[in-house]
Formats: sequence, structure tokens, C-alpha cells
Amino acid sequence: MHLDAPLLAMFVCRYMVRLAKNKQIDASWENFFQVRFYVSLGLLAAAAVFGNFSWIASWATLAFNAYLVWQLYQTPAFKPQRWLVWAATPYLVVSFIVLFFSTFFSKWYNQWDDYFGTVQLCALAWAFFMWLYSRNQRKTQELEQKKLLEKEEAFRMSEKMKEELEVQVAQRTEDLERRKAELEHALAELKATQAQLIQSEKMASLGELTAGIAHEIQNPLNFVTNFSDVSAELVDEMIGELDSHHPEEARLIAADIKSNLDKILHHGKRADGIVKGMLQHSRNSSGQAEPTDINQLADEYLRLAYHGLRAKDKTFNATMQTSFEADLPPVKVVPQDIGRVVLNLITNAFHAVTEKKKTEQENGRTFDPAISVATRKEQDNLFITVSDNGDGIPPAVIDKIFQPFFTTKPTGQGTGLGLSLSYDIVKAHGGDLKVESTPGNGARFIIRLPYNTAK
Amino acid sequence: MKILVVDDEHDIQLLFEQRFRKEIRSGIMSFAFAFSGEDALRYLDAHPQEAVLILSDINMPGMSGLELLGEIKEHHYLPPPIVLMITAYGDEENYNKAMGLGADDFLTKPLDFGLLKEKLKTIGHV
Repeated sequence: MHLDAPLLAMFVCRYMVRLAKNKQIDASWENFFQVRFYVSLGLLAAAAVFGNFSWIASWATLAFNAYLVWQLYQTPAFKPQRWLVWAATPYLVVSFIVLFFSTFFSKWYNQWDDYFGTVQLCALAWAFFMWLYSRNQRKTQELEQKKLLEKEEAFRMSEKMKEELEVQVAQRTEDLERRKAELEHALAELKATQAQLIQSEKMASLGELTAGIAHEIQNPLNFVTNFSDVSAELVDEMIGELDSHHPEEARLIAADIKSNLDKILHHGKRADGIVKGMLQHSRNSSGQAEPTDINQLADEYLRLAYHGLRAKDKTFNATMQTSFEADLPPVKVVPQDIGRVVLNLITNAFHAVTEKKKTEQENGRTFDPAISVATRKEQDNLFITVSDNGDGIPPAVIDKIFQPFFTTKPTGQGTGLGLSLSYDIVKAHGGDLKVESTPGNGARFIIRLPYNTAK
Repeated sequence: MKILVVDDEHDIQLLFEQRFRKEIRSGIMSFAFAFSGEDALRYLDAHPQEAVLILSDINMPGMSGLELLGEIKEHHYLPPPIVLMITAYGDEENYNKAMGLGADDFLTKPLDFGLLKEKLKTIGHV
């Protein structure tokens, strides 16, 4: 009980000053405790100077310490520092008792001096351990608080990000919906255009057919008019024979008239069939599948394609070979659709040989264009083959020829849909459309149609 | 007078035989029929010395009428046959081509048999 009491006061004051500097308590307390620090420094000096006989300084120090503890205890702002009170109080009580006895019963006190010293040391140790304990506690607390703060910060950040994200999502959603509406509109337009293109492709192939059809109708009509005309003459002649009583002659003429009437009927039906075929070709709705004689269909469209091209290019000619398997069983197809495919392939073949003839003639060589159409049955499949001896298809484009809008013709001359539509039609019949070509040696298109379409 | 008719329509035979039945019966004209250019050349090669008048369609599959005309004029058949070309496409280009190849006349379908008869009679009398 000499230097420890003022040191304790110094420690407390210094501690509080530091808290004030660190803003853990209000900064206004800094000066307050700084002053008290100097007071305790003075008390320490006094204790050092007056030594063991400085009981006045000791009482003053004790009073000062009690005052400091009281100050800490009664100020609500120092609640977190309350541990100082609990740490110092035992020491202060012990110090008071020690000082009291050493001052007023010094004889008796000196006898029990060691015990008092021990108790006082214990109180000091208590204070020291309280300080250690509170420091640990504070550190964990600080750590926890820091963690809490970090958590709060993280939460705040995540909230902020969430808000930002929500704004972004709303924006994106709006964007996407607008984009979706635009795309739907574009899709609808594309579908309409596609339908229009398919129709115009049909009309284009009808255009190719028109000249052929005109020629095909012209021939039977010529026969109809000529046979009618000649029959009228024959009737006059027959009447003449009857008048001159030659019934045998009349009978012969009558037989001729009858055969002429058969011819008129035949050619009338022929023209009728052509007109019907043309109507079927241009019809928009898809027709019904029905058992069809493919040989007849191929022959019919071969003639139409040929005459169609002839009408456009009078100099054109080509050898047409047909190799139709006899007694080919009818296959169930939509005749105008398969007809369109055959027409398209034959027209392409004609174009190919025409091109080759042109280039060969420019180079002073002769070239005999040839197209052949063949049919055959193999197991459960019917094959229609359209071959030409043109320049063939370059390997670079052979993979593209069935793609929509692919065309080698100049802009405006082909829709690029012919082969694509043909491919789709054959696929829809459960078959397939293949191409073989050796460059320079022509191309061969093979349509496969299954007899058993159920599978 | 021997007349060779070349056309890919087979019924043309019956029509000609009826239209010219009087001429055939009286022996003024006799007809032969070929249904392709190749057929016609084969007939001409088989009957080289027949005085022949040829009536040929232009528009036929395989050898066209114009090609046939060229072949005939190149082959120098003796006596040179008279060739009349017929076409459904009565256009300038075909006409010029036929005349350039040495055709003797050019007729368009549908055939006016009255006119044809007149022409044949004039040629026959010459």
C-alpha cells in the first residue's frame, strides 16, 4: 500500500483516456480523465517522496480512487466499463481496512502485517484477473460484434444486389417480351410468305406447263375438228351411194364414219384429261391419295414438260427415252403431287441438257441431249428414275440442292423451291428422293415410293 | 405421186387416208407414214428411187422435223424430194430455219386440207 494505489488510479485514468480517444466513450471525457491521470501521477510522486510515513497521501489516494470508482459507477455512459468497479472495489475495501488499522492501531496492525499484506495482494490479484477476464470478454465481444457488423453489411449488400437484380430482371423481361412479340410477328409474316411462295412455285410450274398443255390440247382438238369435218363429207358420200343403190359401198362408208366417231370420242377425252390434269396441278388444297399408274403419270408429265420447253425454246430438242417396267402395280399416291415432282425433275433435266448443248455448240462440238425416265419395282418399293446427260451437279452444291431457295438459275428465273418441295412431297409419301451425279456425265434423280405406306 | 407423211401422232394416218380417199382410190396419190424422223430416213433409204413428196411435222420427240429436213437435203437423194414442213408453232424463227434448210413450203397446224390439196395438186402437175 504505497505505490500500487496511485498506479491503479493512473491505470484506470489512462484506460479511460484511451477509450475516449478510440471513441468507445464520448470524446468529452478525454480531458476529464487526462486531468485525473495527472492528479494520480502527483499522488504517486507524493507516495514516493514521503515513503512509509505518508499516511495523508495514502488516505488521499484511497479517497481519489474511491472517487474514480464512484464516478465510473454512477455514470450511465460507463456501463460497459462497470467491470472496473467490480475489479477495484475489493481492493479499495481491503485498502481502507489496512489504512484504517495502520493509522489508528499501528501496533496491533504491525503484528498482523503479513496477513493484511496477503489479503491486499489477493485483492490486487482479483483486480488483475478481472482485467484479464474482461479483456478476453471484450475481445470476443468485439469479434462477435465485428462478425455481426460484417453479416449486416453482407445482408445489406445482398439486399441491394437483389434490388438491382430485380430491376434488371424486370428490364430483361420487358426486353424479352418485346423481342418475343417481334419474333412472333416475323414468324407469322414468314409463314404467310412461305405459303405465298409455295403457291407461286405451283403457279410457276403451271406457267412452265401452259405451253405444253396448249400444244397437247391442240393436237386432239385438231383431230376432233378434222374427223368431224371428214365425217360430214363421208355422210354426203354415203347418201350418194344409197341414192345410186350401192348399199355395200354405203355400208363401208358407215363403218368409216363409226370409226371416226370413235376417234373423235378418244381425242375429246384426251383433251378433257389434259384440262383436268392442269386443274389438279394448280389446285391449292392437297389431294387424296389414290392408286395411281405411275407409268401413265410419268409419260403424261414427260410430254407436258417437253412441249412446255419446246414452246419456250423452239430450237430445243432432246432424245427422250422411256423405260417403263410393264405391269407395274399401281401405287397409292396423290397423283398431282407426284406429278409435280416428276415434272420438276424432268424440267430440270431438260434445262441441264439445254445448257450443255449451248456450251458445247459454242465450243464447236456437237452434243446429243438425252433424257430418260425409267420405272421399276423392287421388293416393296417403286422407283422412278429421271436421268440426263447434262453437265451434272458440282460436288460443292450437291448437298444444297434440296434446300429451300437454293437455285443455280439467275435471280428471278427460279424460285429455288422446286427440288425442296419435291423432296417434301416424296417424304410425305413415306419415300425418299436421292441424287447421283458424276460431274460432266449428267445427273440421276431417284424417287423411291413404298407400296406399303402404312409403316 | 408418192407422199411420205411424218408425224408422231398415229391417228394422222387414218385422217390422211380419209381426207385423200378419192385421190388414193383414183391412184393420183399414194401415202406412206412414218412416226418419227428416224422412221422417215429408214423409209427413204429403203425406197431410194421413189419420187417422193415429204410432209413432215417439226415438233417430234427425238429427231425433229428440222433435223430430218437437214438430213434429207444433205443426203442428195435422187431425185431430190420436195419437203413441206408443218408446225403448231407458226413462228418466224421456225419458218426461217425451215426455209434456210431448203424446205419447199411451210404449213401451220391445224392443217387446212383444202389448201394442202391445192398445193399438192399444183406440185404434182409441175
